[in-house]
Amino acid sequence: MTEASHNSTEKTVVFENVCLRFDEQVVLDSLSFELEHGTTKVLLGVAGSGKTTILKLSLGLLRPDSGRIFVLGNEVSAMRETELFELRRRIGIVFQESALFDSQSVEDNVAFRLLEEKVAPEEIQRRVWEALRFVELEHTLKLFPSELSGGMRRRVAIARAIISNPEVLLYDSPTAGLDPVTSTTIVELLVKQRDVYKTSALLVTHRLQDAFTMATHYFNSEKNKMLPVPHGWDWDSKTTFLVLNEGKIVFEGDAAEIANSDNEYIKEYLTL
Amino acid sequence: MAFSLTEYAKGNVLAVQEYSILSWRGLANLFSQPRYFGDIVQQMDTIGVGSLPIVVLTGFFTGAVLALQSANSLARFGELSLTGQLVSMSMVRELGPVLTGLMVAGRNASGMASELGSMKVTEQIDAMRALGTDPTRKLVTPRLTATMFMLFFLTILSDLLGLTGGSVIASLLLRLDLNQYWTSAWQTLRYADVFMGLLKPVLFGYIIATIGCYYGLSAKGGTQGVGRATTQAVVASSVLILAVDLFVTRLLMVLMGPL
Repeated sequence: MTEASHNSTEKTVVFENVCLRFDEQVVLDSLSFELEHGTTKVLLGVAGSGKTTILKLSLGLLRPDSGRIFVLGNEVSAMRETELFELRRRIGIVFQESALFDSQSVEDNVAFRLLEEKVAPEEIQRRVWEALRFVELEHTLKLFPSELSGGMRRRVAIARAIISNPEVLLYDSPTAGLDPVTSTTIVELLVKQRDVYKTSALLVTHRLQDAFTMATHYFNSEKNKMLPVPHGWDWDSKTTFLVLNEGKIVFEGDAAEIANSDNEYIKEYLTL
Repeated sequence: MAFSLTEYAKGNVLAVQEYSILSWRGLANLFSQPRYFGDIVQQMDTIGVGSLPIVVLTGFFTGAVLALQSANSLARFGELSLTGQLVSMSMVRELGPVLTGLMVAGRNASGMASELGSMKVTEQIDAMRALGTDPTRKLVTPRLTATMFMLFFLTILSDLLGLTGGSVIASLLLRLDLNQYWTSAWQTLRYADVFMGLLKPVLFGYIIATIGCYYGLSAKGGTQGVGRATTQAVVASSVLILAVDLFVTRLLMVLMGPL
């Protein structure tokens, strides 16, 4: 897989005063933030705080009531659905429940985007194997999603998201409901994607430990595993945190800042 | 929440708007790239070949019972020999298209609504959009094309089986001459009758596919929502087929003169 090409002067994702409400309920209230190229922003918050909505808005699957959203330099909030299809091919998303096509095999699920782009069959075969090798599931090619465990389905969803070398990845609670071992495997994949391919990412999670693992670990390509950053290393994990509450940002900063925050809500959130 | 008549009206207008857009896009997609020929053929197999048994049986028994019932009335006027004509006219102009449409609606509008509904509630439709593929192009257009195309041929088959069913009754129970039955059945048909009988399945196919896909794609509320969408799709498509049938019949009678 090749590294995604980026224009360093361009932000990957920009939210400008985005407001959204469903019926009477305010979901996002004048939300603004930016995602720099090659960085990961972890979106934290209690259930219903608008985290998943941010991912869907970034893809244009939902429209804001007001405000502007830019992704890879395109104003998503002003584009028509037919124009968005082209842009979405440059973005990868992993849904919370995987959202694999249940009537298609793992191979066809992962190859979906390439089949749509009419890539040569040999090339598809090679890239599907490569993507499944990345998530260590190359032996599941012919299986159907219903034959996989929850963790395996998430990993297949990651393979499907990364196969076209997206410039930005959106993860919606990729470790929710999984056991600690499987969760760590998935976090390792996210760290690998961040450090090896330098892909920008928005990560929604409920699990604080996953967020801190992302910020305090790096991927060692030689050992092919995730390792903790040793003390004294001048290491920038390029991972920042954004905490939402009732549609508003209550904190934005790095791992050290969130751990030492004086904000009462953050303190309470961290001890939950 | 208190019931609001305005909100209810707005909801209905919105549903009609969304249905209209979906049906228009489903058809318009045929005239631009990309086209999914593989999916169209697969749907033709599911909808057309898969519906063969029920269409064959429905057509045969309808024709048979039609011959039986009409013979009863015709015998009172001493015109039993008109049985072939009556079965032919009724099957080709009306019963063939309508009953085939209703059978296919029961089988396929429900199938489409439940399949697309399940995809909707498990976020597979969103996943498809997120992967850069238009679900109307990939899912709706192939079903629409396949249903319109296959219902046309299924209706022809149903008409033929109906006439065959009638001939079996005419021959075995009514002791009519088979040659006379088929000759009168054939000679009574005019181009206008055939045109009417073959235009209807195309319209009914359009109704079945668009209604099935619309209810599927607007399903919400988990498995219960999928079940509701499926029922609504069958009811709505069946009623719409009968209503459109009346208007199309009248319209064609006006346009083509008394038939």
